[in-house]
Amino acid sequence: MKQARGNVFLAGVGGQGTLLASEVLGEAFLVGGYDVKKSEVHGMAQRGGAVTTHLRYGPKVFSPLIEAGSADLLVAFEKMEALRFAHFLKPAGAAVVNAQEIMPPSVATGRERYPENVAERLAGAIPNLYLVDALAAALSLREVRAVNMVMVGAASHLLPLPEDCYLEALRARLPERIVEVNAKAFQAGRALMSPRGAGR
Amino acid sequence: MIPYKTYIPAGKKGKSLSVPAREKVELLSGNEAIARGAFEAGVRVASAYPGTPSTEILENFARYPDVYAEWAPNEKVAVEVAHGASMAGVRSLAVMKHVGVNVAADPIFTASYTGVRGGFVIVTADDPELHSSQNEQDNRHYAVAAKIPMLEPSDSWEAKEFTKLAFALSETYDTPVFLRSTTRISHAKGAVRQGEVSESSLAPGFVRDPAKWVMLPDHARRRHVIVEERMRALTAFAEEFEGNRIEWGDRDLGVITAGVPYQYVREVFPDASVLKLGMIHPLPSGLIREFAAGVSRLVVVEELDPHIEMHVKALGVSAQGKEIIPIVGELSPGIVRKGITGQEVPVRSFEVLPGRPPNLCPGCPHRGLFFVLNKCKVTVAGDIGCYTLAALPPLKGMDTCVCMGASLGNAFGIEKALGKAALGKVAAVIGDSTFLHSGIAPLIDIVYNRGFTTVIILDNRTTAMTGAQENPSTGRTLMGEVTRRLDLAALCRAVGVDHVYTVNPHDMAQTEAVLKRELFREEPSVIITEAPCVLLPDHRRKKRPVYEVIPDLCTGCMACSRLGCPAIEWLPFTPDEAVAAGEKASRKGMARINPLLCDGCNQCPPLCKFQAILEKKD
Repeated sequence: MKQARGNVFLAGVGGQGTLLASEVLGEAFLVGGYDVKKSEVHGMAQRGGAVTTHLRYGPKVFSPLIEAGSADLLVAFEKMEALRFAHFLKPAGAAVVNAQEIMPPSVATGRERYPENVAERLAGAIPNLYLVDALAAALSLREVRAVNMVMVGAASHLLPLPEDCYLEALRARLPERIVEVNAKAFQAGRALMSPRGAGR
Repeated sequence: MIPYKTYIPAGKKGKSLSVPAREKVELLSGNEAIARGAFEAGVRVASAYPGTPSTEILENFARYPDVYAEWAPNEKVAVEVAHGASMAGVRSLAVMKHVGVNVAADPIFTASYTGVRGGFVIVTADDPELHSSQNEQDNRHYAVAAKIPMLEPSDSWEAKEFTKLAFALSETYDTPVFLRSTTRISHAKGAVRQGEVSESSLAPGFVRDPAKWVMLPDHARRRHVIVEERMRALTAFAEEFEGNRIEWGDRDLGVITAGVPYQYVREVFPDASVLKLGMIHPLPSGLIREFAAGVSRLVVVEELDPHIEMHVKALGVSAQGKEIIPIVGELSPGIVRKGITGQEVPVRSFEVLPGRPPNLCPGCPHRGLFFVLNKCKVTVAGDIGCYTLAALPPLKGMDTCVCMGASLGNAFGIEKALGKAALGKVAAVIGDSTFLHSGIAPLIDIVYNRGFTTVIILDNRTTAMTGAQENPSTGRTLMGEVTRRLDLAALCRAVGVDHVYTVNPHDMAQTEAVLKRELFREEPSVIITEAPCVLLPDHRRKKRPVYEVIPDLCTGCMACSRLGCPAIEWLPFTPDEAVAAGEKASRKGMARINPLLCDGCNQCPPLCKFQAILEKKD
C-alpha cells in the first residue's frame, strides 16, 4: 500500500464532512512533496446525498478522476456507501470503513430496508478491510462533527506520509479554534488502527 | 505573449518524506485559481449570479484587497455591469454557470460588436453529466455564435494562467473573451503557484465614442466588419499560441483534445501524440493539419458536442470522434480508453443498494409547504433551487421544472390552456432569489393579462442551493455590507397583485388554510412562505428543541414518515420481531427520531394523531 503514487477514494453522506477530510488529505500530500489532484461535486450532491471525492497523488498527476477498479484505498464514512463504491478498488485495495449507518430516504420512510450483513459483504469483497467506529471515537471527544478527522487519522495508517504532514495540513486548512479537537480526533483515528484497535 | 509553464511538483519522485519548501504553491480548485488569476490580472470589478459549478469564483475573488465584487440579480445584469466597467477602462469579470449564458446572451452578442476598453472576460462553467443542472448544454457553441474567442484550461494551474492571458487577449484584440470551465475543472483541486499582481496600463474614465459604444444599426454594421477582421487576427494568433501545442510521441495514435479530457488522454495514453488545444475558438487549422499529417490514426476526444471534430472534418481531415467517444455525459479515463482501444479495466460487480439521492435538510421550511401542496392535489409548476428536491418521493410536490423563473409562466400557460377549469388546481412555486432573478416579468404578465395564478414565493432569506449566498432580499451584499433589504411583498403589490399574504411554512395548518383560500381566488395572488434556511449561521446558533417518538404511543401509522424528513427513521418489524417486542404480529414497525439530525422545526408533532411525538427533555 505505501507507495509513491496512489489513488484514494472517499465516500460518505452529505453533511458528514467528507469534503473537509479530503481537503486535509490533499493538503497533507502537497506538504509531503507530492503532486496532488482531487475532484468532487458540490451543489445538489451535498443535501444528504451520496458524496464522493477522488484524490490522487504521485510525482505528476494527470487525471483528477480515479478509474473504477484502480483505487488503492477506499475511505468510507458510512457502511453502505463502502459497499456502493467498492468497485472503485483494485483487487488488492484496502478499505477503512466507518461502521456508522445512515438511512437513505427510501429506508427512513419505510419503502426499502437498510441492506443486511453489510460488514460480511464488505469482508467478502475487500481483502484488506478495516471496520472502525469513528462515530464513537468522535462522541468520546464530545464532537460529533469530528467523525471526518477520525477517518483521516484511520486512513493515514495506510498512507505513505509522516504524521507531521497531516498536522501541518490541519493547521493550514482549519480555523485555529478547532485545530486542537481535530488533531485529537486524528490521533483517535490512528489509535483505532493500532493492532489492538483495528476490527478486521 | 504570456509565458506558459507546466507544473512540476517540488518533491522529486515523491520519495522525499521531509517537508520541502513550497514556494507559494497552493492546492487550489479551478474556481479558486480563476479568482486568483483575475486578481493577479488586476481585475477591479466583478459581477456574477451564483450557480453550480461557478459560485466559488466570485466568493473567492471578493476576499482579495481593493476589488469590487457583487452578486447581480441575474447573469444578464452581471454581464452588463462588467461590460460597463470595461467601457470605463477597468478590467472586469462576469461569471456564470452554463445556463446563465442563455440569460446573458443578449448583451454578450452585442458586446462582441462593441469590443472593450478594460479587459473583459466572461467565465462560463459548464456541467457535463448534470451534477447540479437542468441540462448539459455545450457552451463552446456560444463562442462560435457570438464570435468571441474562448480559452479552455485543463487543470487549476492553467485555469489561473489562462485567466490572466484572457485579459491580455481581450485588450489586445478589443474583444470580450470567454473562459470555459467544467465541473471537473471548477471543483477539482490541483497545484497552483502564486504570481505577481499586474497593474493595468489604462487610465480609468469613460471616453465618448458613439461609433464604438452606441449600437445603432449603422454603427453596428461597421463594427461587424471589425469583428470579422478581429477573428481573422485571432485565428492567426491561435496558430502561434503556446497553449495550443503538439506533444509528439508514438505516431500510431494522435489525439486532439482540450480541457479536462486532455488529462484523461495523458493518463491512459502517456506515449501517444497529442494536440492539446488551450484555445477552442477560433481553432488553429494549420496546426491541426500538421498534426494530422504526422499520425496514422487521428481521434478527437472532447466532452459533449463534436465542436473540434466538426472543424477537423470541415478541413477535409479524416478523424474519429463521436462514433467512439460518447456525446452524452462527462468523460473519464475509462471511457476514453474504451472508446479508443475497446478495452476496459476489470471491475468487481456492482451491489444493488437503496439509492441515496439528495434530500431537503432536517427542519427545512420548504418541507412544510410541499407537504401541504401534495395534500391539496394541485399541479405545481416548479423552479430552480433546493426545493426542486421536493419533486422526489415521498413529498412529490412538484410537477414541472424547466429553468430559472419558468414556474410563473408555466403555471400561467397551463391556466390559459385550461381556462376556468384550472381554478384551484394550479400553483407556481419559486424561491426568493430565483423570483428576483427572472420571476418578476412573468408576475407582471399574470397581472397584465388578467390571470388568477397563485404564486408561492419561498423566502428562506438566502440563495440556499448554491451554499447560502446573499441576494437583494437578504439585506447584505457579497462584500458583507448591510444594504437596503428588498421587500418582496411590497414589490408584488407594486406590480399590481392585490392579494399578498405571508405565512410560516412550519405551521402547516395555517399554510393550508391560506393556500386553499388563494387557490380559488379569481385574481392573481402571492403567498410568501417566510422562514430561514436551516443552514444559516444565525439559525444554527439558536437553541432548538429536539423531538422524540414515545415508543408506547407510536402505532406505526407512518403519518410522520410522509414528511420525508431525514431525522425521522422507520424501524421495520418482522412479525416475529413485533411479537418479541410485546406488540401485535400485524405491527409493521415504528418511527424513531434521530437526535443527531432533528432540527426542532415542529412540523411532525401535529401530524401525529396519537401525540406520540414530544419535545425531548434532557
